[in-house]
Amino acid sequence: MYAQMVKSTGHGVKPLDEMDPQERAFQERIDAGDKIEPKDWMPDGYRKNLIRQIGQHAHSEIVGQLPEGNWITRAPTLERKAILLAKVQDEAGHGLYLYCAAETLGVSRDELTRMLLDGKMKYSSIFNYPTLTWADMGAVGWLVDGAAIMNQVPLQRTSYGPYARAMVRICKEESFHQRQGFDIMMKMANGTDAQKKMAQDALNRFWFPSLMMFGPSDKDSVHSAQSMAWRIKMNTNDELRQKFVDQTVPQAEYLGLTVPDPDLRWNDETGQYDFSEPNWDEFFDVISGNGPCNTERLNTRKQAWDDGAWVRDGMLAHAAKRKSQGIAAQ
Amino acid sequence: MSDGLFQFLLRMGDNTLVLGHRISEWCGQAPGLEEDIALANTALDLIGQTQMWLGYAAEVEGAGRTADDLAFLRDVWDFRNLLMLERPNLDFGHTITRQFFFDAFHVLLLTRLQASSDARVAEIAAKSVKEAAYHLERSADLVIALGDGTDESHQRMQSAVDLLWPFAGEMFAADDVDNAMAAAGIAPDPASLRAEWQRKVDQVMADATLTLPESQFAHQGGKTGRQHTEHLGHMLAQMQWLQRAYPGATW
Ligand SMILES: [Fe+2]
Ligand SMILES: [Fe+2]
Repeated sequence: MYAQMVKSTGHGVKPLDEMDPQERAFQERIDAGDKIEPKDWMPDGYRKNLIRQIGQHAHSEIVGQLPEGNWITRAPTLERKAILLAKVQDEAGHGLYLYCAAETLGVSRDELTRMLLDGKMKYSSIFNYPTLTWADMGAVGWLVDGAAIMNQVPLQRTSYGPYARAMVRICKEESFHQRQGFDIMMKMANGTDAQKKMAQDALNRFWFPSLMMFGPSDKDSVHSAQSMAWRIKMNTNDELRQKFVDQTVPQAEYLGLTVPDPDLRWNDETGQYDFSEPNWDEFFDVISGNGPCNTERLNTRKQAWDDGAWVRDGMLAHAAKRKSQGIAAQ
Repeated sequence: MSDGLFQFLLRMGDNTLVLGHRISEWCGQAPGLEEDIALANTALDLIGQTQMWLGYAAEVEGAGRTADDLAFLRDVWDFRNLLMLERPNLDFGHTITRQFFFDAFHVLLLTRLQASSDARVAEIAAKSVKEAAYHLERSADLVIALGDGTDESHQRMQSAVDLLWPFAGEMFAADDVDNAMAAAGIAPDPASLRAEWQRKVDQVMADATLTLPESQFAHQGGKTGRQHTEHLGHMLAQMQWLQRAYPGATW
């Protein structure tokens, strides 16, 4: 979801008895619940998929700073400003953990950044939606971080050690993110008429994009089987989406807000909610670059990178001078 | 005395509020991930300090206002921050040079305020001084690294120093409020901090291969509120917009 996989690896899962001995031993370790560590042998496909997934997840944390960063300077109280700053700072930290995890697979942070800026790697579709009112800070924390938690909690048990450990650190911080979002929504939903209207409008705009965060429907998500066999994906997209809906709908009711889905209803037989699928055409538009904010988000990142070049170069040059002075002094 | 104390507390809180706001504008746009995190952290510290200073200011005023009322419902002429801090960020070099000039001053001031005759002032200073010392360590290191980095980084840092130097003097200019605070043992005379500040700055400039301008001219009017720059109004338009647009709402 933060790692919203849509491309297929092109082939199904190989049965154990068709694997060569090395590959088979690898799969058996995964099946036994072992953690794969950076120095261990791993199939190329496993490495490539992980780089794509962790990289995409890291980029999402970084680009994800922007829609919330959009409101830091307009936060309505000092306390809200401080909380939002702390939250957005956490997201940058998550990006850092994840880039470090990706680096253990032999790809540098700069290379990954280049691929993001060149449009060769993606980030979660959700961050291509605008944040238009303060209630959006509530909706993002409540729904977007809520969906992120849904995906990240199981990933703490993923097969790749550094990724699993990054997830453990990240999950510790995520519950605060969701809580502060829900708290903003509570204040708005119990506030003035204008605040209630803002809260409902935020839910209207963020509901379906949040459901899209889990990726396409299982029937259109061909690569899932291999990723699940490798335990770099722990649940199917539809399972997680259902879980998210089941958890979130009662919260919306508690807030006195209406989920913008006329077909949403509790199903006694299945013991879960029936709900409408998001508009998948819109989803594919957004991930192919045509979301409301794609150009802006990427341009902001590009500009930050380009404007920062002299700083990064300056720091490197200084460090090199220091090092050579150190050597000369010895 | 209580009006003098109120003014002094506004100066402390407005400095951290206005600089915290400026620094927070970097969110998601810094030259690298580590800088992004560090800047957000600095902004967060400064906003936390603002809550303490303006919270105490509101108590001292005794008019039923809160720290938020002071931050979000005063207009430009009632702000008491240094002019330097409301200036736009410009490039990273300008942002960091300003941070360094202020941090070096802030650490000295907070250190002295720990011995304030006003227990609350001493307490807030004690809570803030460690954060400020950390900010100073970082900003000084960055000024040195970028001053002594590439030709381009050196040249950018030198122009930041040239641009900001005329705004540094305001930190040390004493007026009636400062004199009253000094007489009551609440705060040091700011002029008494100058020599030590200058020593620190000279040392960092030397390591950074940067030169301070010779002029001693100092722009003034921020801490007295007499005449702010045009930039502050734009900042407040953004910062205060929600509170102004939806009066009486709680958030
Ligand atoms: Fe995160
Ligand atoms: Fe988060």
